[in-house]
Amino acid sequence: MSDKRDITLTVNNRSYSIRVEPRRTLVDAIREDCGQTGTHIGCEHGVCGACTVLVDGAPVRACLMFAVQAANKEIRTVEGLGSVDNLNPLQRAFMEHHALQCGFCTPGFLMLVTGVLEREPDIGDDELIDVLASNLCRCTGYQNIIKAVRAVAHDMRQARSNASA
Amino acid sequence: MTIAQPHAGWVGRSIRRVEDPTLIAGAGRFTADLPATYRVRFVRSERAAGRISKIHVPDGATAITATDLAGVKPIRPMLHKFDYVPIGQPILARDHVRFVGEPIAAVVAPSDAEAEDIAEAIEVAMEDQAAVIDARTALAAEAPRVHAEVAGNLIVKGAVETPGFADARARADSIVRLELRSRRQNAMPLEPRGGHAAFDAGSGRVTLTCSTQMPHLTRTAITDLLGMPESDLRVVAPDVGGGFGQKMSLATEYVLLVWLARKLRSSVAWHEDRRENLIAAFHSRDQFIEIEGAFDSNGKLLALAADVIANVGAYSCFPTTCAVEPLMAMAELPGPYDVRAYRCAARGVLTNTCPMAPYRGVSRPVITFALERLMDRAALEFGLEPSEIRRRNLIETFPYVSATGLTFDEASYRQTLEMAVAALDLPAFRARQQQARARGRYLGIGFSAFSERTGYGTPAFAARGMEIIPGFETIDLSMGPSGLVEARIGASPHGQGLRTTLAQIIADEIGVPPDRIRVIHGDTDRTPYGFGTFASRSAVIAGGASLLAARKVRSKLIKIASLLLEAAPDDIVLDGGAAKVAGTDRSIAIEALARAAYHQVHRFKGEIEPGIAASATYDPAGTFANACHVAIVEVDPETGQVRIENFIAAEDAGRLINPMIVDGQIQGGIAQGIGNALLEEIVYDQTGNILTTTLADFLPPTAHEIPPIELHHLETVSDASVTRAKGVGEGGAIGAPAAVINAINDALAPFGAEINEIPATPRRIRAAIHAARKPAEQRA
Ligand code: FES
Ligand code: FES
Repeated sequence: MSDKRDITLTVNNRSYSIRVEPRRTLVDAIREDCGQTGTHIGCEHGVCGACTVLVDGAPVRACLMFAVQAANKEIRTVEGLGSVDNLNPLQRAFMEHHALQCGFCTPGFLMLVTGVLEREPDIGDDELIDVLASNLCRCTGYQNIIKAVRAVAHDMRQARSNASA
Repeated sequence: MTIAQPHAGWVGRSIRRVEDPTLIAGAGRFTADLPATYRVRFVRSERAAGRISKIHVPDGATAITATDLAGVKPIRPMLHKFDYVPIGQPILARDHVRFVGEPIAAVVAPSDAEAEDIAEAIEVAMEDQAAVIDARTALAAEAPRVHAEVAGNLIVKGAVETPGFADARARADSIVRLELRSRRQNAMPLEPRGGHAAFDAGSGRVTLTCSTQMPHLTRTAITDLLGMPESDLRVVAPDVGGGFGQKMSLATEYVLLVWLARKLRSSVAWHEDRRENLIAAFHSRDQFIEIEGAFDSNGKLLALAADVIANVGAYSCFPTTCAVEPLMAMAELPGPYDVRAYRCAARGVLTNTCPMAPYRGVSRPVITFALERLMDRAALEFGLEPSEIRRRNLIETFPYVSATGLTFDEASYRQTLEMAVAALDLPAFRARQQQARARGRYLGIGFSAFSERTGYGTPAFAARGMEIIPGFETIDLSMGPSGLVEARIGASPHGQGLRTTLAQIIADEIGVPPDRIRVIHGDTDRTPYGFGTFASRSAVIAGGASLLAARKVRSKLIKIASLLLEAAPDDIVLDGGAAKVAGTDRSIAIEALARAAYHQVHRFKGEIEPGIAASATYDPAGTFANACHVAIVEVDPETGQVRIENFIAAEDAGRLINPMIVDGQIQGGIAQGIGNALLEEIVYDQTGNILTTTLADFLPPTAHEIPPIELHHLETVSDASVTRAKGVGEGGAIGAPAAVINAINDALAPFGAEINEIPATPRRIRAAIHAARKPAEQRA
């Protein structure tokens, strides 16, 4: 099990040349080999979504993908969204709507929503709940997460219709 | 009842949490984020009961077993009452295993993957022994003993009977009886447990970073068990990804990590995986309750009796002991109702299952479920609305001393009920329910009125006979020469936003904005001794200590200002970052006062001590928050599916320090209560093998299952808390299961079906309908 492969992971536009066993999961590689610990591990069974990252724009459970499968693809994680003193609009909405308590699930939700809103900016409110139901939060009871995400989706639609008007 | 008045200041405002930006940016620091030289993987028992005959470790592998831990004491929590039989839990199983998941060996390797490979290659030869899984079976005379020293597996037993109980019961017109079952739960914080222990060769100290709610007690406990000086261990709780009680009890794994760090003179880490968390982190709520209410002809409860059996698993948790569920059930079962005659027997029973420990609400979600089902069943018998029978029984005068001797402070049991009834428009609902039934759709409404005992200090814990009496909290508050404030607390928040809440309390006293106040927690090197964050206590107790310390700092600032401004202390007001002389334009910035207190002390002429610092401790008797929850559900009788259409909570947590945070606590608690009522269950087979080992089996709710929750607040002012705040962390989880199950039963009324088991899964609901149909068919 120990023949390692040399691969390059591109995380938030930065390249990491790393050496991993073929069985190493993407989330372990991101956290331990690339040192980006904002992506969390809640189950390693593909159920909780805490490990969600974007791979070539699509939300992916990073605990269900091997690092070697993500070589040479564009990986985005929470660290690429905004910084502590320069949060992006989605991040600010999470703060405004109290959409987090312990914050452990938050990076996964942020990446899930980022991926979905980029691909389906016109997604309806009900479909948004379907999407959000793919990740688990144990603290908030979800309502504030739903509010935050709807507010951002709404603002994005508004901004686009203003721009096209 | 006095209702809190809005006042200008930071308290009462939904300011955004100081905790958030870091967490949202992915810059939080959780235990698993720390690099370690070695990783630890536990080999765990696959049998519920057995005798270890041999552990075969492959050549060259490092695996620690019980024989390596000769000098390490077992965890032996103690209780001095209620016939408690002390039992020990070894850090690694010694000779016997007692539940599936019990750690037998610890493998140490440079990476998780290598440690897992080695763990898989370790062979444990074991002689099977008879296991007992169900609590009632465990009480039978012929049942195998989980611990040889505990006869009948009965580790703790309490009983109360008020004088005159039998007479009161005899006077009743109607006796209502129910048997209820609460299945096993796991608190399931999204971040599983985990620890990282690092040895520092220079000082000889170990720093244990772990996902805990109780850093100080963890430190005392581990150093006691290992026989090392307490000062050689520092315990740090970094960002913690939820706890809900599960991270309050001492993990054997953390003891081993500290031992290993000292032995290897290096750093070692263990990250619990989800399967380990579900099988071997603590469980809860596994109870049988028989309850009986004796009512007069008006539906007034005259006497209440209950028999509680709690399955506490294979060991007793530290520090509360496994008596926490049965004894809390016994003490608090009468809930918010006025009933003078009470009899209760409560037993804690050992079985070959994962140990039980506190989980949000502890026993109260279960006893509230039992009592509120009783009330609804009685309402049915008396032909009363559920709200009406509650109206006739809720406590209305304060202070009220309960049948078990608890003093209920000022609260709003009746008012929150009325608030909820008004919010939902009951008559309109009943009409809609009738129309729906005519169309073959089954709606139901369920009430749950309850009290939430919070913020209790040492007297309450001492009454339980515990060896370790938690209760007080201390704060060290200081203002440095730059005017920045540091508040060091022994409490250990993990998602509650306590840094924000405490800063609001302190800000109002000392006249600086919350963003100039830094709350420091979760580090035994940097904070005063305290017990941590659990039992809905931090806003009350750490909040109370903060207020008391802030008052001391305030008077010091006023003293300095009075001297520097040459004005009487009574004329000084602290506001907006300055000390002002009332009615004049003379003022001095707080920073200038702070600077003077450190760098220009000569100006004080010996009349004022240098520096600005104060400590305070708060150890209150406790208070009761309260609420009334209402659930409206629709049940599909074909599939047994339940959809929650609406959920209302009318809530009274005293003064709200940060309403946004309070609402978040309630919503989150209700969501867990809904999961408890409908979905979540830890399932063992008859041999003690656990079947629910992933989140896809345990089924916590998702955004699909949680409806919008409508919250209403009352703010009763109670003298029982110096900040006038009552705790609120557990209430949502306490009330929701009863409301949901009552609503399901209301929906099932046309079928004559009844369900008194949580979770009420679709299968159980279908079975209840089927069981109700059967006798009807037989009669036909
Ligand atoms: S850690 Fe990947 S889905 Fe839970
Ligand atoms: S905020 Fe704690 S799990 Fe979502």
